[in-house]
Amino acid sequence: MAKQMTGAQMVVEALKDQGVDTVFGYPGGAVLPIYDAIFQQDAVKHVLVRHEQGAAHAAEGFARSTGKVGVLLVTSGPGATNAITGLTDALLDSIPLVCLTGQVPTHLIGSDAFQECDTVGITRHCTKHNYLVRSIEDLPRILHEAFYVARSGRPGPVVIDLPKDVQFASGTYQGPVNIQHKTYQPKLKGDMDRIREALAMMQKAKRPVLYTGGGIINSGPVASTLLRELVELTGFPITSTLMGLGAYPASGKNWLGMLGMHGTYEANHTMHDCDLMVCIGARFDDRITGRLDAFSPGSKKIHIDIDPSSINKNVKVDLPIVGDCAHVLEDMVRIWRAESMKADKEALASWWKQINHWRERKSLAFRTSKTTIKPQYAIQRLYELTKNRNCYITTEVGQHQMWAAQHYHFEEPNRWMTSGGLGTMGYGLPAAIGTQMAHPDALVVDIAGEASILMNMQEMSTAVQYRLPVKIFILNNEYMGMVRQWQELLHGGRYAESYSNSLPDFVKLAEAYGGHGIRCSDPADLDRAIMEMIDTPKPVIFDCLVEKEENCFPMIPSGKAHNEMLLAELGDDAGIEIGSVIDEKGKMLV
Amino acid sequence: MNDIAALSPYSSSIGKSKVESHTLSVLVDNEPGVLARVVGLFSGRGYNIESLTVAETAHAEHLSRITIVTTGTPEVVEQISHQLERIVPIHKVTDLSVSGKHMERELAMIKVCGRGENRNEALRLAEAFKAKVIDATIESFIFELTGQPRKIDDFVELMRPIGLVEVSRTGVAAITRGPQPM
Repeated sequence: MAKQMTGAQMVVEALKDQGVDTVFGYPGGAVLPIYDAIFQQDAVKHVLVRHEQGAAHAAEGFARSTGKVGVLLVTSGPGATNAITGLTDALLDSIPLVCLTGQVPTHLIGSDAFQECDTVGITRHCTKHNYLVRSIEDLPRILHEAFYVARSGRPGPVVIDLPKDVQFASGTYQGPVNIQHKTYQPKLKGDMDRIREALAMMQKAKRPVLYTGGGIINSGPVASTLLRELVELTGFPITSTLMGLGAYPASGKNWLGMLGMHGTYEANHTMHDCDLMVCIGARFDDRITGRLDAFSPGSKKIHIDIDPSSINKNVKVDLPIVGDCAHVLEDMVRIWRAESMKADKEALASWWKQINHWRERKSLAFRTSKTTIKPQYAIQRLYELTKNRNCYITTEVGQHQMWAAQHYHFEEPNRWMTSGGLGTMGYGLPAAIGTQMAHPDALVVDIAGEASILMNMQEMSTAVQYRLPVKIFILNNEYMGMVRQWQELLHGGRYAESYSNSLPDFVKLAEAYGGHGIRCSDPADLDRAIMEMIDTPKPVIFDCLVEKEENCFPMIPSGKAHNEMLLAELGDDAGIEIGSVIDEKGKMLV
Repeated sequence: MNDIAALSPYSSSIGKSKVESHTLSVLVDNEPGVLARVVGLFSGRGYNIESLTVAETAHAEHLSRITIVTTGTPEVVEQISHQLERIVPIHKVTDLSVSGKHMERELAMIKVCGRGENRNEALRLAEAFKAKVIDATIESFIFELTGQPRKIDDFVELMRPIGLVEVSRTGVAAITRGPQPM
């Protein structure tokens, strides 16, 4: 159905046709025509953020919690550059976004016009793809193509740069029918012979492990269901990256907990000692592998990934299968069932015995205190008091993020929004806003640190404006905790600039924004205070004053292998002597 | 032109394979920015570019062909191919160095200045290398030479002592042998 309309109207029309009901954005001179078009309709709701970075993270939270493409709309120049961090975040974590940026009129491009920047040039490295729309004839195709590229294959952010004259120009709009991309057609089905080979390896394995990641979440809920079936059928132990939490339920009996730098003792040792590693939708990131030449030295490795460039990038694998997780898992589960395949039960039994021995180390245990709130305890209580609710968790970046990953247990996919690859402080609050927009009746909690939250604190105003009752649960230790921990480890405890000086009074700050503030420093009062937070029907800042110099354990120090983890020594207040654990080479790493 | 060692500390520990030269042929949509995407990938990920040529090869289909000579271990070169394939307007990436026999040619223009015996020697060598004289003055020649890059290197080295002034080279263009396209 071809209709005559302006470029700005086409943008709104395409959003509707792509099923977009929410856009996060901030107006400015170069996008005024689009704002005018949004003003004159009701189907697409616009959420006004307070900074464009917030728009990008809000769109990420929306996307991650729904599986849909998140959309943001920003103006030219500073509007676009402010969104860069969010776009890069989405690229590293494979989150589908479409970012509409205004641009100066085509005849002014290159003249250093007011609020001009080379948006496609700047975003080329931090998007999956980008477009500068030079004529109204190209606009409808590009709009629909952008959504296709953002959500297909390995998802990612796509920028459409829209010069103002193109927004005003009139042309013929085409709906998203028959959009067949001429070059970008990711392979979804895995190679059948390789899938059979993988199943044969799995039947023979004596010490197998499933290592899963965010690809399962991106592949949709059906992938999680299939993964659970595969675990059930094989009896294999399963661990996951930070991004993949919730794909397999934390209450499942085969769950080992998260792996990697702050993963559990049992997950990392299982990875190190396994004879078959089945990696599904993860990418052997450096947080996962630790020292590469000592990474799981005795294992055969199968890698299932939709992105061929992820295969053999960091770790050489024995059997790569390029395809979408859900498609490949579907084939695996179907064939395993149809051919009544059997795992080596006897070998598995002794493997599980070993794993349970590792589990007995209780690597996530910590010393509780009657006088100060331990950060891990705060997460535990938050979990216990929210687990039976319809709850979504976002985080900022740092110690609190790792404690949340360790102590908040996820049963479902799409419930956990965190900045994994880029590690963006300031992600959590806008992501919570995006999540709450998508799930108005859910309980959305941003587990935060007092330093991270200040990076996008301004979005509290957005939450208040749209009556989004997000809960900001700050583990306030008055330090950039992870920076402080690394300074303790690597730099002789010289805490350069990591003390959170001149903090605001978070309770008053909440009130100043029109939200509700709660402060708690007494472990005995914590449950009551958390319940007060949950029961308050508006945005809440919860200032939870926790133990100041608690370290996040377990930890694989930089440059060390999975079986060289540091564990918390429960008998010793100061933790363990870790200053000498990292060698010179390790110090060079991040 | 970054050194392989400039890659992340992780990638350097992938095997101990030897660094090789590979010629990649990349078919792309001829659209603004596509070359920047390719070049940006190489600089952003620390890959080497030894030479790069690009021109439209199919006008009606808006297709351009980029030929890149790169160096790296086989693992790194495989990674480069896969990373290139991720770029949306790229149709096809072929590593000609592994896909079979192929032809490589480069064109160079070489300016040589001199009088007397040097001038005669330059002409004699040009004849031996089948280089064409495309410009001449009383004290200079410009030679046009087509061939494999090594042949051009050799010719340039011979010209150096007898009055080499400057060289302009196109970089390598390459194509597979036999009846099949890439």
